[in-house]
Amino acid sequence: MTRIPILRMGDCLLVTLQVDLQDGAALDLQDDLANRIAATGARCVLIDISALAMVDSFIGRMLAAISGTARVLDAATVVVGMQPAVAITLVELGLSLQGVRTALNVERGMRLLRSTIEEPGLDRGP
Amino acid sequence: MTADPERALALRTESDVVACRQAVRMLTQGLRFSLVDQTRMVTAASELARNTLVYGGGGEMRWSIVQRAARAGLRLEFEDHGAGIADVDLALTDGWTSGGGLGLGLSGSRRLVHDFELRTVMGAGTCVTITRWS
Repeated sequence: MTRIPILRMGDCLLVTLQVDLQDGAALDLQDDLANRIAATGARCVLIDISALAMVDSFIGRMLAAISGTARVLDAATVVVGMQPAVAITLVELGLSLQGVRTALNVERGMRLLRSTIEEPGLDRGP
Repeated sequence: MTADPERALALRTESDVVACRQAVRMLTQGLRFSLVDQTRMVTAASELARNTLVYGGGGEMRWSIVQRAARAGLRLEFEDHGAGIADVDLALTDGWTSGGGLGLGLSGSRRLVHDFELRTVMGAGTCVTITRWS
């Protein structure tokens, strides 16, 4: 099974999910992303799901797990590009993706991530 | 009711689940379902196909185009020969899972379709039938 490529741009990791996402590949991505965050010290993760024609409970759970793991590793995650039909179906299915930040497109997602990581933390001096 | 002969697709591997989603997408497009309705049916099929694989140890999806009055519908049957479900009411409860999932597979997919039927026999298997009308 092919692994999902993770691109690095500065302190950001970028992932684009493709149409036919298999469960195993989604699980591998969770591991790979955690390792890459730890290895590179990346501060943010952007996941583009605009090519996904559906998000079921398994993929939804993966997105929540990635967000949670990244947060514990001091990186912010944003999921961008969800199609309207996917959003409607996801909510009807019973998933609200709590704890997962979303943005309409890549541009707004990057802006959100920038503002998040540039916000001075309480434990960081000037 | 009913027309068209039934067709089947084996659900034995993860890639079969992906193939199932693709097949259901094409079937719903053929029936001219709206994009949201296509997505509802594909998502429900994905949940049930995964259940068939993970909890039922594999099985198959059968599909048929059905007619009722002037409406056409897509009927999907997911059948496995696994252990069966001991407590159907519990299995249909949001958030309940016997595995490591979110417990939305059955209850969630039921919300995405018009007709939902679950038959299960302990030790013999489970068959879930869903229909969505155009």
